[in-house]
Amino acid sequence: MGKPSDLVQGTLDLLILKTIALEPMHGWAIAKRIQQISNEVLQVQQGSLYPALHRLEQQAWIRAKWSETETGRQAKFYSLTAAGRTQLEREKESWNRLSSAINLVVENV
Amino acid sequence: MRWIQRLRMAMLMLFRRNSETARLDQEMQFHLDQQISENIAGGMAPAEARSAALRTFGNPTLLHDQARSTWSWNWLEKFARDIRYGARTLRRSPGFAIVAVLVMALGIGATTSLFTIVRAVLLKPLPFHDPNNLVMVYEHFHNFELGDGFNVVAPGDFHDWRAHTNGYQDMAAWRDYGFNLAGEHAELPEVVQAAGGSWNLFPLLGIQMAHGRSFTPEEDQVGANHVVLLTWNIFQRRFAGDASIIGKQVRLDSNPYTVTGVLPASFTYPDARTQVWVPYAQTLNARQYDAHDNHQSHVIARLKPGVTAASALEQVSALQYQLHLANASKPVAESAVSRPMIDDVVLDIKTPLTVLFCAVGCMLLIACLNVSNLFVARSAARRKEIAVRGALGGTRLALIREQMTESLLICAAGGVLGLAISALTTRWLATHWTTLPRAEIVRMDTTVLAFSMGLVVLTALLAGLLPAISATGKMTFGLLQESSRSVGGSTSRATMRKTLLAVEIALTVILLFSAGLLFKSFMHLRTTDLGCVTDRVLTIKYGLPENQYNTREKVVAFHESLLEKVRRLPGVTSAALVSTPPGGGYEGDDVFTIPEHPPAASVLQDDAIYRSADPEYFKVMQIPLISGRVFTDQERLTRDHYLVVSKKFADQYFSRDNPIGRHIRVSWDTPEPENYEIIGVVGDTVYDVAEPIKPTMYFPVLSGLPNQVSSSTIMVRTAGDPLLLSVPVQKQVAALDPSLPVYDVLTMQQILGKTTASQSFSATLTLAFALLSLLLAAIGLYGVLSYLIAQRITEIGIRIALGAQRSQVLRLVLFDGLRPVFLGLLIGLAGGAVAGTLIRSILFGTSPYDPVVFAAMIGSLLLTAVAACAIPAIRALKIDPMQALRTE
Repeated sequence: MGKPSDLVQGTLDLLILKTIALEPMHGWAIAKRIQQISNEVLQVQQGSLYPALHRLEQQAWIRAKWSETETGRQAKFYSLTAAGRTQLEREKESWNRLSSAINLVVENV
Repeated sequence: MRWIQRLRMAMLMLFRRNSETARLDQEMQFHLDQQISENIAGGMAPAEARSAALRTFGNPTLLHDQARSTWSWNWLEKFARDIRYGARTLRRSPGFAIVAVLVMALGIGATTSLFTIVRAVLLKPLPFHDPNNLVMVYEHFHNFELGDGFNVVAPGDFHDWRAHTNGYQDMAAWRDYGFNLAGEHAELPEVVQAAGGSWNLFPLLGIQMAHGRSFTPEEDQVGANHVVLLTWNIFQRRFAGDASIIGKQVRLDSNPYTVTGVLPASFTYPDARTQVWVPYAQTLNARQYDAHDNHQSHVIARLKPGVTAASALEQVSALQYQLHLANASKPVAESAVSRPMIDDVVLDIKTPLTVLFCAVGCMLLIACLNVSNLFVARSAARRKEIAVRGALGGTRLALIREQMTESLLICAAGGVLGLAISALTTRWLATHWTTLPRAEIVRMDTTVLAFSMGLVVLTALLAGLLPAISATGKMTFGLLQESSRSVGGSTSRATMRKTLLAVEIALTVILLFSAGLLFKSFMHLRTTDLGCVTDRVLTIKYGLPENQYNTREKVVAFHESLLEKVRRLPGVTSAALVSTPPGGGYEGDDVFTIPEHPPAASVLQDDAIYRSADPEYFKVMQIPLISGRVFTDQERLTRDHYLVVSKKFADQYFSRDNPIGRHIRVSWDTPEPENYEIIGVVGDTVYDVAEPIKPTMYFPVLSGLPNQVSSSTIMVRTAGDPLLLSVPVQKQVAALDPSLPVYDVLTMQQILGKTTASQSFSATLTLAFALLSLLLAAIGLYGVLSYLIAQRITEIGIRIALGAQRSQVLRLVLFDGLRPVFLGLLIGLAGGAVAGTLIRSILFGTSPYDPVVFAAMIGSLLLTAVAACAIPAIRALKIDPMQALRTE
């Protein structure tokens, strides 16, 4: 395992949307999940999640609800809205285009 | 619906900001706690676990701020802070703030009012189906000296156009008409303004009846059963809005008319005074229906999709030329002209309204410059503070923003006050401006609101930006070292003030000059010599319904006994009949030939307007008899083919020979033209004060000419106040025929006032705006001068101490103050000349370069300027040199 990489610019939104697409999650769990799934490669600076979460909420792509965690504490759970689902598809598509383009350049030139 | 969610979020963040902030803290704290407990579980000591968690989390305060900034209300918070600061600054100088707000309120209020009117009257589409495809088609005579070339149409021409051209979807016609509406039960009889409209007019315009139905083609026939449509106005006023009137009969000119429908309230065409509509053909007799020389109708046509107005008109014109050739002996137009229907409706008001709108725009600009000037003055007083702030690292942008906020505050307050002013003035204008077409749709709405908000922003920019930039331009340390009293002070700022002032003066000059021209032309109209003596004359109109007064004997008997009774009333010196009084309108004209003259080689056909008059008429109105004689009492009763003509007529058509004893040949509706012998020449009278004199022919009023107009005017010359006789004369009419209504009970002075009402209104308004602007300019001038003198107090003190004469000081100060005035005057004179040329079309008897107006305008401006300069100048004289030097 190498040094954790910085996130590619602008991909945080995509990661958040994708992560909560399955089930509502609170901020800490989102950060945790991203780290785990990427095999610790993607190290989100945990705090910078919150500006991003609020921005997404402002855009009405995600909605937030306060509810109880397994440990009985109150936390804010984020889930996708219908508009968020569309946005996720859009971002996924543009990510795929971008990453395959980069791949092409890296592999062939 | 995403935007609703987003709005909800934004609102939530705005109004529950504090609780949201607390929740964000809570959320982040939860995150940290989770991380800490995970770290502890991983075997770290609690203190180490906490610092490690914070390390991975980042700076909570910074992240907190970043999260908050996504709430999108930050700019609002900053703005609110600016507003609070601006309000505080303004509160420190309340005099400045009050003057500035009032000035802006006047400017914004007046501009909003005029915009409301211009928009409703000139810009709103007509309330008809697809109004952009509607045009008015007129006849055009090439060899006829008639008005603007748009001549009303003959029924025969209209029918041929409709049948034989195909550029239009349809064509409809209407003409003015009038009825005596009989009083039912205890109601008084009244004269109702009516219109005759072809059956397809309402479908063409897309008008649905409010009740009942429109006319059928069968009803639109000469001699068909009488039917009538009521307008909403008379339906409410006279029939209490009771729809059961449909199918019932009303008596018009003592004939029964069946009511078939009621027009909707929104239908006020051709004007709001029209009360009833009858089928077009029913206002004509069989001969008139096909006539090509009875020009009385207006034609509305709807263009076919894809056909241009020009190509549709071309066809009509070509057809009209054929009609002209086929009716060579009659006045039948050679071609046709058309214009969009909306232009036709607002024709007379367009230029005056545009001039007024420009005038208030000018005034608003002057108000802006004034406020701008005030800002420059104040920023001069604050320049040390600004320099300090600049030195301490305040950005220029922040300072400009602050100034702009102040300007916005003032303009917004002015805008709110202005809206209130404008709500009042708009309503006043719409009800008192009697000649304004479409006045009933003038109202303030969201567009007007948006307009005035736009004005606020625009004026705030105009008034604030220039001073803001200039005030912050020299934010250098050097300014701090500069002594506040240093002679000359900030020359660049003084130059800026002087320039602003010069522009302001120039605008005022242009406004004053235009207003002066309009006012002079209005005075010219009011004092126009009508060609007769107009004081102490009462006029009353009445119309004898043709079916009741169907023989000449009946008509003559009525007129005779009425005149006789009126002449015997105490206070009456004389009385007579005429079809239309001087200044009372055009009435009609006709072409003729002169049998004694060789056939005219000129292309212009001979024509003159006609009047029917009583022999006494010329005596009552004191119209001079120039040669020959007027009718005798006998001649008015018989149809002896005698004729009196006006001086202009004699000059124009008999310039080389004596007209007395000569003849004119007219074809009324007789198969053969008839000869009339000219027996006298009388002085000219004016039919419309705004129009040049036209040749006029007078026929005997009771001779029973076939196309004699049905209405007559009784002219009563009195010894005292003519209005005192209005009731006694009306009683005499009622005594002869109780069902006969009279109308237009007016003195000659009132007729003049009525015909000049429109000019009077716009002239007065423009003058009011100009005087307001003069006042604003005076305020501006005074402000600038007091400031400049305050700056030069030391200098003046030194001059006086060194022995300068007070008169020299006075000259210095006055000259300094008046220089921008002279500069502005020079620019303004050039602008005024241009403005004069632009408004030439609404001036009467006044040259756009009228020297009197020029002189009066320059005089009043200089007087105001000197007055505004004098106060600070006198203050300068009173300076005690010792005092001035000591304060240094």
